[in-house]
Amino acid sequence: MDDNTIICRCEDVTWGEIRKQLDKGYTTLDEIKRITRAGMGRCQGKTCQRVLLNAIARYLNKKVEEIPLSKFRPPTKPVPLGVLAGDKND
Amino acid sequence: MKEYDIVIVGGGPAGLAAALTAASCAASVLLVDDGLQLGGQLIKQTHKFFGSSEQFAGIRGIEIADNFIDKIKKSPNIDILTQATATGYYEDGILTILEGLNGNSLVKVKPRCLIVATGAAENMLPFINNDLPGVYGAGAVQTLMNVYGVVPGEKVLMVGAGNIGLIVAYQLIQAKIKVEAIVEAMPCIGGYWVHASKIARLGVPIYTSCTLKEVRGKEQVEGATICNIDKKFCFISQSEKDLDVDTICLAVGLSPLSELLWQTGCEMNYIPELCGYVALRDENMRTSSEKIYIAGDVTGIEEASSAMIEGQIAGLNATASLGFYHKEYTKLNSKYKRQLSQLRNNIMSEAINRGIQKVIIQKGETHVYSH
Repeated sequence: MDDNTIICRCEDVTWGEIRKQLDKGYTTLDEIKRITRAGMGRCQGKTCQRVLLNAIARYLNKKVEEIPLSKFRPPTKPVPLGVLAGDKND
Repeated sequence: MKEYDIVIVGGGPAGLAAALTAASCAASVLLVDDGLQLGGQLIKQTHKFFGSSEQFAGIRGIEIADNFIDKIKKSPNIDILTQATATGYYEDGILTILEGLNGNSLVKVKPRCLIVATGAAENMLPFINNDLPGVYGAGAVQTLMNVYGVVPGEKVLMVGAGNIGLIVAYQLIQAKIKVEAIVEAMPCIGGYWVHASKIARLGVPIYTSCTLKEVRGKEQVEGATICNIDKKFCFISQSEKDLDVDTICLAVGLSPLSELLWQTGCEMNYIPELCGYVALRDENMRTSSEKIYIAGDVTGIEEASSAMIEGQIAGLNATASLGFYHKEYTKLNSKYKRQLSQLRNNIMSEAINRGIQKVIIQKGETHVYSH
């Protein structure tokens, strides 16, 4: 894959940036996310997570299911803080 | 906070069928969907369905949706929330929903049983300039054209010759848009030959063992390079071909939208035949979490016809688990299951059947339900 290929469109993260981290030994989805912000944008990884998982698996010569996923926590999409703060329905 | 017997997340074919079935068992139902209107992918499917009359063969997807929505709106025990995204399922069994076009209000509900029918998302491909305007998912193009009446461009390259790629290519041609070519990475066409032949007769080349290598353009797509690939999916040098296109349509598969299921803590497994991570479940569509049922593409990528039957099975059994037995429960339950296995009794369903064998929790199998 060409280094200039965009993997995460929300955060503009390229394969080159991700490959650099893999070369350094950061090989889990969580590590890549925290360092590069891949998967942390508007779509919360709905577009890039699968691409990223496949790319990591291929780099490590492993199966996709052998790459640990990150923990799934609410919310599934960005919620404005004002909406949370203004919630009076409890 | 409002309580419901059944809350269904997703108003596509699976969710619509589940809602009607659950309501017919006298349960109180909330149907939540993030679209502007109910119907999921059905509302853009202008083509007629295949199969048997029970699965609406010969009827267009959009008419199937209208038929369901009409009945659902007439059901007094179904509440509907559209433009509403289920954002979280918490340990105390509360579901949070972000409502409104701009997501400006947060609703909390307490379902006694949750049916997750969130469907799927389109797969993305990594290639150079994949972030240029003019690069679309095939499903997005179908929505633009068939729901909003907007053409995506003038000259299209379709990537993927599965049923979605073939059907959307044909619908593009119907909208007077030029489809320059269809490329398919696999050595043979994945979709039904009846669709492929129709397109081939109209003079559109379908290249197999071939994929998109690169898109060119500054502000938008101005051209594309396709390239043959070998058995290991590596580019074969000197086999590139340049195409004059302004639109790239990606029909390279779907993945189950399973975030909400992960949050419920039910057991999940990676099943390639079902196109990603899916929940383990029994034949009544109940997951390893006692209160969580599933139906449709979130259980594994298949078709609207099977999604509707799974919705019926989930709706019937989720309500039964709460004590609302339909007066013809036994008869209906075996009828739906028979229809589903008939639908899957063909060579195209081989992978699906193999995948299901890997996720099915057998009857009588001791399973410790997590709460």
